[in-house]
Amino acid sequence: MNVASASIATETHWLFRKSSLQAMGVFLLVVSGSLLALAQDTRFVYLLVYVWFGLAYGILLQYGRFCMASAVRDLFAVKVPRMAVGVMIAVALYAVVAAIVTLAGFSTFHPNAMGWHIVVGAAIFGFGIVFTGGCASGSLYKAGEGNMNSMLVILAISFSQAVVVTASGWWDALVPQSWIDSAAAKDMPAELTITQGWFDIFTAGYMWDLKGSTTADVLGQSGAASILLYNTFLTAILPVILILIALYVFYYRKGYLRRSGKASPALRDELAGMWAMCTSSRNTALAGIGLGILAGLHMYVTGALREHYDVFNFGELLVAMGYTEGLSIQDTVFDPGYWYITTQEAQWGGWVMQKLGIDNMDSIFFGLDNGLPNPLLNAPGFMSIGIILGAAIMALSRREFKWKLPSWETAFFAIVGGTLMGIGARLAMGCNIGAFFATVTNGDPSGWVFLVGMVLGAYVGVKVFTWYMDWSDARKTSESGL
Amino acid sequence: MAMSFNKIADGEWELNVCGYACPHPQMYTKKALQKLESGDVLSLVFDNPSSGESIMAMCEAEGNDLIDRQEGSGSFTWKIRKA
Repeated sequence: MNVASASIATETHWLFRKSSLQAMGVFLLVVSGSLLALAQDTRFVYLLVYVWFGLAYGILLQYGRFCMASAVRDLFAVKVPRMAVGVMIAVALYAVVAAIVTLAGFSTFHPNAMGWHIVVGAAIFGFGIVFTGGCASGSLYKAGEGNMNSMLVILAISFSQAVVVTASGWWDALVPQSWIDSAAAKDMPAELTITQGWFDIFTAGYMWDLKGSTTADVLGQSGAASILLYNTFLTAILPVILILIALYVFYYRKGYLRRSGKASPALRDELAGMWAMCTSSRNTALAGIGLGILAGLHMYVTGALREHYDVFNFGELLVAMGYTEGLSIQDTVFDPGYWYITTQEAQWGGWVMQKLGIDNMDSIFFGLDNGLPNPLLNAPGFMSIGIILGAAIMALSRREFKWKLPSWETAFFAIVGGTLMGIGARLAMGCNIGAFFATVTNGDPSGWVFLVGMVLGAYVGVKVFTWYMDWSDARKTSESGL
Repeated sequence: MAMSFNKIADGEWELNVCGYACPHPQMYTKKALQKLESGDVLSLVFDNPSSGESIMAMCEAEGNDLIDRQEGSGSFTWKIRKA
């Protein structure tokens, strides 16, 4: 491919362009908000860590057009491995930094419970992302580019999760009696009404009976060498190498050999081809490197702050600062300490529903685990907002920001797809970030199970989407001519 | 906002997918390029930045030339010559 000319209008120096000034305005807004929070109480630095890492994630996501939905979707839809390669680069880097953070004793990571729920949830999630045009963090950065469809996706993810985790009545018929019996046998506070609400029963009667552990733990190994060998190399780096080889063989090799004119390639040529694949999209590769390193550093900084304040959870700091509303019955709030997307969005939806008079604190998800803090005190929630603002800064400074109104068609896809993403994310205990990216990089193999489910769902999603496009084009051939 | 695909001159086509996010722009581009003859030029107008990276990779894989790029104010107009 040749790029004969790349003409970008440069009549005004970028510093004085309206969009650059707007980008600086957004940046100053974040700086002022941060200073205001610190003026209130310096312990808000804990929340601000989420804000600023979110901002950096948003900048890099927009810079690299880094969306995990496109990693699987574009592979099947248009046979482009660019994003899948970028994700693998990020996984490898995150795994290395996570190993250093773990060995330094600052890891905030907890493994996910391994079970069939991951495959089922991930498949529903993977199906949904084909229709929304982005994964959970992809939708956040696209919202920062002015895409209102993506804002609808975020709303749908928020409210569908909030409904799923608190719904009762006919929903309870979805779970088997054995789960209800198992849930009832757990010694839990009466106010949680643990045998009512299908998600409570699913959590207490099924999930709590499962085990989640890192590869080193499963093999009964401990110590620095074991963490590096089993968690970092075997669980993250080796699968990454194998997946990169598969992507090269199935999606890149043929075109590369044709372009380079190598009829009978030697191993050296194949390795050069793999390198060409990894570097073919410079922005994506750089974003992958940056995101991988930052995601690991994020764990380190939050872990160090927890040690500094001698807390396990932001809820304890909130109590110490005099904010006691919206905490769980354990005085905790959602505070993963690393990159995560979906749970805080469920809290936004749940908080709005609570303000509308719906009692949802009798659920395990909100009442026991994550709480329902005011969005102004929701630390991971600010990470999501940080991603939107970071992406807006980058998009504005590159003159790529544009308000994009949804059509009826795209709005329908955003709401239905976003709802499926919300349902899938809750069943699988996270999205492609919390249940895949953060897990495999920390030695928890459950993330690869999530990836398998997501790939299956996305594959079916692409088939259905392609069928829909052909059907809809056939109806309007005279208008579009395509 | 509806997609439009029109012949604008002999061997020249225009595909406008403004208003669409992923995966519409890249999938419509793939379909449009399949309709073109070798040597034809496609003017592609889109406003979803992410699609650009995938479309560029598609062109590279299939040997199509990206012969011109006009960008600004959130919209992109690319000219692609089919191999």
